[in-house]
Amino acid sequence: MDLTCTEEEDAFRERLRRWLGEVLPTLPAPPAADDWPGRRAYDAAWQRRLYDAGYAGLHWPEDAGGRGATPTQHLIFLEETERAGAPYVGANFVGLLHAGPTIAAEGSDAQRARWLPPILRGDEIWCQGFSEPDAGSDLAALRTTAVRDGDHYVVSGTKLWTSHAEVADWCELLVRTDPDAPRHRGISWLAMPMDAPGVTVRPLRTLAGSAEFAEMFLDEVRVPVSHRVGAENDGWRVTMVTLSFERGTAFVGEVVACRRVLGALARAARANGRWDDAVLRRGLGRLHAEFAALWRLTQWNVSEAGAARPRGGRSGIGGVPGTGGSVFKLRYSQARQELYDAAAQVLGAGALDADHEWVAGRLSSLSYTIAAGTSQIQQNIVAERILGLPKGR
Amino acid sequence: MDFQLTEDQRALQGATRGLLAGRFGPDRLRAAVGDPAPDRALWRELGAAGFFALRLPEEAGGVGLGLPAAVFVFEEAGRALLPGPLVACQLLAGVVDGVASGEKIVGLCEGTRDPVLWEHPATCEELILVEKGTGCHDRAGRGAQGRTGGVYRSAADRVSCAPFASVDPLTPLARVTDLPRTEPLALDVPRLRREAALLTAAQQLGSAARTVELAVAHARRREQFGAPIGAFQAIKHLCAQMLVRTEIARCAVYAASVTDGDIDVTGAKLLADEAAVRNARDCVQVHGGMGFTWEAEVHLHLKRAWLRAECWCTAGEAEELLAADLIA
Ligand SMILES: Cc1cc2nc3c(=O)[nH]c(=O)nc-3n(C[C@H](O)[C@H](O)[C@H](O)COP(=O)(O)OP(=O)(O)OC[C@H]3O[C@@H](n4cnc5c(N)ncnc54)[C@H](O)[C@@H]3O)c2cc1C
Repeated sequence: MDLTCTEEEDAFRERLRRWLGEVLPTLPAPPAADDWPGRRAYDAAWQRRLYDAGYAGLHWPEDAGGRGATPTQHLIFLEETERAGAPYVGANFVGLLHAGPTIAAEGSDAQRARWLPPILRGDEIWCQGFSEPDAGSDLAALRTTAVRDGDHYVVSGTKLWTSHAEVADWCELLVRTDPDAPRHRGISWLAMPMDAPGVTVRPLRTLAGSAEFAEMFLDEVRVPVSHRVGAENDGWRVTMVTLSFERGTAFVGEVVACRRVLGALARAARANGRWDDAVLRRGLGRLHAEFAALWRLTQWNVSEAGAARPRGGRSGIGGVPGTGGSVFKLRYSQARQELYDAAAQVLGAGALDADHEWVAGRLSSLSYTIAAGTSQIQQNIVAERILGLPKGR
Repeated sequence: MDFQLTEDQRALQGATRGLLAGRFGPDRLRAAVGDPAPDRALWRELGAAGFFALRLPEEAGGVGLGLPAAVFVFEEAGRALLPGPLVACQLLAGVVDGVASGEKIVGLCEGTRDPVLWEHPATCEELILVEKGTGCHDRAGRGAQGRTGGVYRSAADRVSCAPFASVDPLTPLARVTDLPRTEPLALDVPRLRREAALLTAAQQLGSAARTVELAVAHARRREQFGAPIGAFQAIKHLCAQMLVRTEIARCAVYAASVTDGDIDVTGAKLLADEAAVRNARDCVQVHGGMGFTWEAEVHLHLKRAWLRAECWCTAGEAEELLAADLIA
């Protein structure tokens, strides 16, 4: 067990800090939450800066356009960018964390060459079209159909909760290509251009007030067969590769951010006198231990993934095993909600001010136990796949 | 950074588990409930295996493996519910003659608590009393003058105490009524408290991990409504949360053993206490009526977890120290 950094890692951190110190003051002010074109432009421009400075796809393998950095360097990158207050991955999320890694792991050489460079440069934005009205936790119940017509699939159906759909260029889409096969064996993974005829996006307003996700209607959308990643009807397996990334390192920066918010909460409570409330004060103390431990769990998971990294050959992008990620996500999503509930205690009636940053944080924290696999589903995963309890209903 | 156990650390963990399984298995545990005095022969064997001298530098006749090794071994002791003043003997090895080899058994108690409780009073040949500071963290004391005061050793028969009915059948307690201050000991008190808290947390971790195993094993075996109860989500989710608590505590405890920082140890103790106590309770629940019996092992974990939670930095102290650190 070694928690120190090597000289090389320290040097990497130093270089990154210096670069962040130079570049961050030159960034324009971030756009408003509901200015989607503005947000896309801002997030894409940041990704371009990362690309030009050699930080895009840091931990992606070199043959996928990445830098082949170690998991520790990747962790340092996520930690330092958050610490310095750099822009969040934002609209690049699906491209960098789901679609890109899936294509890197499962795509053909031509597919990798077509889609990965624009993701890394921030030129193309992706969204994720998995969930449907009748397929949420039970994703394998999805019904959007894709019928072969020559060298195209004709896709029809409805997708739901598609984040960033309004500004995306591409959608990683799960479709049913064999209605007669057992549920998990009739699904395929397609890259669908969002400007194809027949795609209609209707933004949905979240309880936080802004339109973070959308409903997507697909009416006989023609998608070239060459846009399928992986074999036909093998989309479920292809997708599971992606989902484990989502639960892996996706929240690293956020843990760093939560620790910063916690410090700010304590100082605010001191300033407004609520620090004298022992229940509140002790609750903040407990959260201090909680987020410190979540950071250690992240280091643990990243070290474990590093040890398990395949050597040689065409490698995937080192991710965290889905099960270790489930343990993390369960505790983190709960801790994040507790953090913002504590913020509300610090604010008192100020917690009714929807414009306050912490109030916005409190509202959005509610999605953490739902999105990317609900906490109930995560508990099923932990119980069945780690603890080996019998499958049930 | 490589936050995983090394080969050697895994081997140490495995060897300790093997040793304890052989020398303190289920039958011995059951017997200890009626007679919780530590087995002297086992104690000497542990001493010979280097159990008490792990942290001591080799120049001082120790094993020189540092705090992480002690933590792994204490985790195993916690798993096995090994009775005896383990923390005291680990921390006083090299200070009091005969402790490192397992020849002598000593107790350690916090004079700042009320009541002042002494574990295994009938077994200890000496009692070491720590008077200064509360909690496992003494900010002013670190590196400052006068951090070695406030520790006294006394022969056991010089200590006046009153009987105390310990809730934990494996840990007899006495209430110390008159604090003996026979002979001062020059010890780094903040460090002593920090290490005591961490080693206690390590035992809590072992207990928490063990109760997950017990619950899962029972949930797979016991059938109701024609299915193993572990197929019911209500039971699954209890077990899943037990594992989550254990793994969070594990990361905190292991990291604190590497950094040896006050705040890291404080957080680790808080999370390990929570994991041990709540897991044991959930383990009782998963066991149903069986969980409420004297026969099943589960209550022993719960009671010991309660006891350890009261030692060397309680939840209340830990939360206050952690809160203070936020605005430091
Ligand atoms: C902010 C946000 C962004 C999202 N972005 C995207 C996106 O970009 N692309 C995309 O495809 N999807 C996205 N989703 C969808 C998300 O993955 C689903 O909401 C999630 O998987 C749950 O599905 P559901 O909403 O249909 O709820 P349901 O599955 O209907 O669940 C309702 C309740 O029932 C419980 N439940 C369901 N099944 C079980 C079971 N077997 N055992 C125990 N309890 C169960 C759930 O835990 C939950 O509490 C997003 C969701 C949110 C909130």
